[in-house]
Amino acid sequence: MEHTIKSENGVMTVYLRGEMDHHNAARLREQIDAALTFENPAVLRLDLSEIAFCDSSGLGFIMGRYRRMESAGGSMILVNPSEPTMRILRLAGVDSIIRAEYTKGAAK
Amino acid sequence: MKRSPQNRFKCVFPAKSANESFARMIASAFVAQLDPRVDELADLKTAVSEAVTNVIVHAYAGTDIPPEERVVIMSGELREGRRIAVTVKDRGKGIEDVKKAREPLFTTSAAEERSGMGFTVMETFADTVKVASRPGKGTSVRLYKRFT
Repeated sequence: MEHTIKSENGVMTVYLRGEMDHHNAARLREQIDAALTFENPAVLRLDLSEIAFCDSSGLGFIMGRYRRMESAGGSMILVNPSEPTMRILRLAGVDSIIRAEYTKGAAK
Repeated sequence: MKRSPQNRFKCVFPAKSANESFARMIASAFVAQLDPRVDELADLKTAVSEAVTNVIVHAYAGTDIPPEERVVIMSGELREGRRIAVTVKDRGKGIEDVKKAREPLFTTSAAEERSGMGFTVMETFADTVKVASRPGKGTSVRLYKRFT
């Protein structure tokens, strides 16, 4: 699993690629949380367009970052969540809680 | 009389998180013989991933079972009518209260951000989920799915 982080004007965008399972989520959590501590952004954007697989561990990762941002007075947006991600979010009812954004040209 | 499966597989691998993707690959390879639809394949992979992750996270935690005996035993059967059964077993500590463990949002490790949705995901993406567990002996999760 790979990720790229871009930060600008208090907005941190994390591009995620690969399979979000328990194994990958554990390492990802450490890395993203370290970046959040360092940057302290007002908005976290998780780009999930290239997530090929997501199970309940991926859901735990997303919910964890959402709670962290909310409790710090910030917000989190999911960008172009892929179908594997959406089916888990829908199942947990999280799709109605966390805002998702579909940028132009991306398939919903 | 029960008819024997068309084919079956069995494999054993260490209960390490790096093997979660390996388990999904095995499941994918096994159902490839049915040329499954993309969404049905995703369903099975997700259900298997949850079952295997449960073994890796919970089955051997806090036990004195030596590392070489901490294994996931995964098997599968293809039965008539494009029906698949995948079994994920361990020889770990077992589940005291299976009914409770299957409840949505139930988790024993909230600190690690477990969502508590593992069994719910399995029940959603497999047709039937059967759990048998004996404290001190281990747990067996059987996932059934019929492919179109």
